[in-house]
Amino acid sequence: MHETIVAQSMLEAIITEAEKINAKPICAKITCGTLNAVNDDSLCFAFEAIAKGTICGGMKLQIEHKPMQGRCRNCSEVFDVDILNLRCRKCGGDDFELLPDEPLTLQTIEFETE
Amino acid sequence: MYKKIDVGRKILSANEEYALKNSRFFAEHKQLCLNMISSPGSGKTTILTKTITELKGKIKIGVIEGDIQTDLDTQRIRATNAPAIQIETQGACHLSAAQVGTALEKLPIEKLDLIFIENVGNLVCPAAFELGETGKVAVLSVAEGDDKPAKYPAIFAKAKAMLINKIDLLKVPGLVDFDIEKAKADARKLNRDIKIFPVSAKTGEGFADWCRWLVESVSNLRQ
Repeated sequence: MHETIVAQSMLEAIITEAEKINAKPICAKITCGTLNAVNDDSLCFAFEAIAKGTICGGMKLQIEHKPMQGRCRNCSEVFDVDILNLRCRKCGGDDFELLPDEPLTLQTIEFETE
Repeated sequence: MYKKIDVGRKILSANEEYALKNSRFFAEHKQLCLNMISSPGSGKTTILTKTITELKGKIKIGVIEGDIQTDLDTQRIRATNAPAIQIETQGACHLSAAQVGTALEKLPIEKLDLIFIENVGNLVCPAAFELGETGKVAVLSVAEGDDKPAKYPAIFAKAKAMLINKIDLLKVPGLVDFDIEKAKADARKLNRDIKIFPVSAKTGEGFADWCRWLVESVSNLRQ
């Protein structure tokens, strides 16, 4: 629901980078953890709308979602957490520590250069 | 020709900077600040007015009230004589750290032991925006269903405490199907250390334990 704020922050960050090297950005890759509650369609829609008329107009976004991860308190295995089956995939134990969620991160930007 | 650059920059870093500033402020003042998050209608404001009344003479509470529109909740808090600062988000689905920072300047901090932030009623977005608080409190009312911790894991995974409100409704047979043990177990699977307080803000049931935890949390921080 807060994708517009995310899109606005991304736009500002991309424009800053584009101005540094004076090139037109064409694609950006972002990663985010499950708990950030980012919806791909909403984010792309919001970004497209606010990027119009800027150097980012027509840019493509690639959004990679990182699963929640847990560390088993029994066998120390680090595993992707399945919310419908909250168990360690190695030993089957249900006592685990939820690891911090991956923050929303702007990873890479591709530019078109002459 | 194409050129690819690595940025590796947090997208919400602007909010995080403000959150860090707020958390330093709370640490310097040894101030407990709890960010209350729930669906609309779970009873956050009623819990707060009841808590303020129950703790009168023991600890002094101030409130930062987030609402999409209107200051109705702030008026309810002020009726208890506790200081309350209103943030009207005008449509935004969560409070931001910068808004909380501005509100903090208006609260009489030196006279307070505990600050509650009543976030916008929403179980999703407020969990994704750190405000610099010392802890989050999730509120779930029995009418919403016992599957909420499993369906909205973010807030239950991050919260220090969870209040299960409106438990008076469970006493009327056939009124609501809410398995309190299931809700507790699901929350604890995500967050082993979460404190759980079943309460009724209407009847006051369960408030003794909740209020005792608040008083202890304040005194632990002040030691």
